[in-house]
Amino acid sequence: MSLVEIEKVHKSYDKLEVLRGVSLNVDRGEIIAVIGRSGSGKSTLLRCITGLEPVQSGTIRFDDVQVNAPETDLRKLRQKVGIVFQSFNLFPHLTAERNITLGLTVVKKMALAEAKEIARKVMVQVGLEEKLGAYPDMLSGGQQQRVAIARSLAMSPKLMLFDEITSALDPELIGEVLRVLAKLAEDGMTMILVTHEMGFARNVANRLVFMHEGEIWEQGPARAVLDEPKTPELKSFLGSVLV
Amino acid sequence: MRDFATSDFFYLMFAARWTVALTIVSILGGGLIGGVIMLLRVLPVAPARIVAIIYINVIQGTPLLGQLFIVFFGLAVFGYEVSPWSAAVVAFSLYAGAFLGEIWRGSVHAVPKTQWEASASIGLSTLEQLRYVIIPQAVRISVPPTIGFWVHLVKNTSLASIIGFIELTRAGQIINAATFRPMTVYLVVAAAYFVICFVLTRLSAQLEGNLRVAR
Ligand SMILES: Nc1ncnc2c1ncn2[C@@H]1O[C@H](COP(=O)(O)OP(=O)(O)OP(=O)(O)O)[C@@H](O)[C@H]1O
Ligand SMILES: [Mg+2]
Repeated sequence: MSLVEIEKVHKSYDKLEVLRGVSLNVDRGEIIAVIGRSGSGKSTLLRCITGLEPVQSGTIRFDDVQVNAPETDLRKLRQKVGIVFQSFNLFPHLTAERNITLGLTVVKKMALAEAKEIARKVMVQVGLEEKLGAYPDMLSGGQQQRVAIARSLAMSPKLMLFDEITSALDPELIGEVLRVLAKLAEDGMTMILVTHEMGFARNVANRLVFMHEGEIWEQGPARAVLDEPKTPELKSFLGSVLV
Repeated sequence: MRDFATSDFFYLMFAARWTVALTIVSILGGGLIGGVIMLLRVLPVAPARIVAIIYINVIQGTPLLGQLFIVFFGLAVFGYEVSPWSAAVVAFSLYAGAFLGEIWRGSVHAVPKTQWEASASIGLSTLEQLRYVIIPQAVRISVPPTIGFWVHLVKNTSLASIIGFIELTRAGQIINAATFRPMTVYLVVAAAYFVICFVLTRLSAQLEGNLRVAR
């Protein structure tokens, strides 16, 4: 049984059908890179997996729990599925440490001392131990994004979703964030990452998924898909990003 | 007819204390009601939202003077004799509650949607999101309009004179009737209002500064 099982999911905003029958299974430890043009539904797919968006039909199962069922406790689910956004979305009124401990003390009912210990651990993991006391606006974009990753990791998720987490960063800051991702991958974290970093996708992802107009158009081992695209849509997409 | 004496000045200042008292109690009562109204408005519960919207529309769509009359005379009709002070406190709290509720709802909605998403995705419930993430940020946004409303409330407390509550404006009328020195009397009255509002704005500016430092 796969960790994530997505079956024939349809999702619309009013009349606009954004996901048109998406099916995707993700095994434990697998790293999936999702690529595709702007508007192809990549973010929407991630948001549906963590239950931020309802779907019209189809099923999404995570760890054998159906995400899109009314009786599902999304609160429980979200402790096991971390998501990191393009725009960091740290809580600006809280220090890096409190950003991380909030979910632990409030959702997991952990004692503050224990939560702080975990905060320190995940901040070490992203290489920012010395920034525990910093407020988000005192950090660079790359550092904020690493704190956002640490905030998700602190909940000890089984799956991490990354939505173009380097797209809002200056080029010189992208490397530090990708290194954190690469380390996570080595540690065996299951990940779905939407990215425009083709080099990173090629080296780190087990599988590459190309989305086009709300469908999974083509998928396979990262290198094979990138080197020998089968569909003209993927060829033209790769042509436009690789120049 | 007599001259405007020092004792008249002190009489006005004494009455000004009632203006201050009415303002403070209305700010507290209105704050409480406003907080509830804001919650009803932002929680994803349709009936609660509708109740709050009706309340806000009724209060904002009718004159404050009418509300004062209804509370003061209306309660008397049902056999509840209330003092002008109690009637004024109730009416001004209801009034302030509607406006503050709207101001605070606006502040909550001004917090970026991404903050809701980020807090939802670490598993916080709606109330926890409000308490730990949204409201702390909304408070900062709400300070200037809230102060603006408080100042507006200070000046509007003069309406309570109509149901016989002796606050600053009513005291001015009484002294003026005795001395017939409208210029002197109402300049003193106006100055007193100005000082109250000025102190209020200064305090609030300080509060805003503290919030910024404390985060
Ligand atoms: N909240 C929303 N309401 C209405 N339409 C939306 C909403 N969110 C996304 N859309 C639309 O859904 C489509 C897919 O959006 P999505 O964000 O999933 O694309 P994407 O592949 O992530 O694109 P990008 O690379 O630009 O991030 C787009 O046409 C977008 O305009
Ligand atoms: Mg996107």
